[in-house]
Amino acid sequence: MRLEVEITGKTFRSAAGETHEVLAPVKFALSSGEVGVLIGPSGCGKSTMLRIILGLDHEFQGRIARPPQARIGMVFQEPRLLPWRSVEQNVRLVAPDVTDAKLSELFRILELQAHRDHFPGELSLGLARRVALARAFAVEPDLLVLDEPLASLDDALAGRLRDELATLVASRPVMTLLVTHSLDDAIRLGDRLFFLSPRPARIVQDVPIAIPRAMRSEADFGRIRAELAALQLESK
Amino acid sequence: MLRLLSFALFLVIWWIAALFVGGAKLPSPPAVLEVMIAEASSGALFLHLGATLARVILAFVLAMSLGSAIGYLMGRVRLADKLGDPWLILLLNLPALVVIVLAYIWAGLTEAAAIAAIAINKLPTAVVTLREGTRALDRSLDEMASVFAMPRWRAFRHVVLPQLAPYIAAAARSGLSLVWKIVLVAELLGRPNGVGFEIGVAFQLFDTPRLLAYSLTFAAVVLVIETLLVQPFEARATRWRPRAA
Repeated sequence: MRLEVEITGKTFRSAAGETHEVLAPVKFALSSGEVGVLIGPSGCGKSTMLRIILGLDHEFQGRIARPPQARIGMVFQEPRLLPWRSVEQNVRLVAPDVTDAKLSELFRILELQAHRDHFPGELSLGLARRVALARAFAVEPDLLVLDEPLASLDDALAGRLRDELATLVASRPVMTLLVTHSLDDAIRLGDRLFFLSPRPARIVQDVPIAIPRAMRSEADFGRIRAELAALQLESK
Repeated sequence: MLRLLSFALFLVIWWIAALFVGGAKLPSPPAVLEVMIAEASSGALFLHLGATLARVILAFVLAMSLGSAIGYLMGRVRLADKLGDPWLILLLNLPALVVIVLAYIWAGLTEAAAIAAIAINKLPTAVVTLREGTRALDRSLDEMASVFAMPRWRAFRHVVLPQLAPYIAAAARSGLSLVWKIVLVAELLGRPNGVGFEIGVAFQLFDTPRLLAYSLTFAAVVLVIETLLVQPFEARATRWRPRAA
């Protein structure tokens, strides 16, 4: 399975009638088992790019190739749970085929067992985020898209969730696309980092990380960060 | 308790007024009760009440289901909204009497004409309420359902319908009170039975006790249905709302 993104442009007409260019030509591909990370400044058009890739926005120039039968798991920036359904129902409604064992396993990893019957309104943001993660993994996706899943969480919780995310992503071969503005998340979770420019977004750097995710040590993280810092300077 | 007290006060005022005005124009409560009991024991009261209730139920169900479907469509599809809006404004402002009279002229003095006329009167308010509800649907949840490829019916049932439920409840409530009022006019003008017909007869004979007996029984039935059916349903449909915020 392979996701190919080849956007040649995307414009948006404002209420005043002016045309704004949101995306410059962007081209990249992901294959199964690979984690691509989109990193860029706020408002650069990352979310627009995701909407195009997910098929929610058809008004763009270019082409997106993803296998039509590919199942998509998505974690939106805000959890987007159904407030009138319980945590468990929220997961089961998008993943009717999920087995009890698999669901229990997911809830155990994400520490949600105690909240199965709670309603989203009764959860903290961190918990709701975890439910959104559980939902995305329960569908056993071929393409997993994570839009800043750790934003606005405190460091300790974000760190724990990042580890859980790493475990889940490693548990099955899936094309993963992660959007973040945290370099730390990017180098811990990603295989290839795409650095985006400010609006209109284009890819300024495409940096593969050679060391497999599971084998990276703290020393490696430091080294990669230093290398990235050097690259960033060059590109300016 | 306060409700009972307020009701008792109403009876007292009525009774005193009856003493002043005199029997023919405003009979006292016992006189009206006597007619009620007589009509009930002959079975006529239940016959007419039953006929009216059957019309209310049929017209209400027809208008609610059709109105909800049209309102949903107009809220979702811009073209449907543009095409339907002038009709809607026309129907909203058309006097109930005009609809009823025209229905009887065109379709004859039939049961179908009466029920259709009542339903048409209620239809536009249901459409407007449901259109408003559909416009207020959370698009981000629609996107979620679409990304996760939820089948249409499941998405409608679990994502859309819970958001529409409070609007459906509101439309049902306001619609029912409208139907209660219009059904009597339709019966007065063209049906051989029902509470409206009896009131018409009582009017022609200036038979005030009979008129009051029928209208008060009818009001009591409306009150019972509102408290036992409509209000609990409304409370149920809006139950999740405080949690959503």
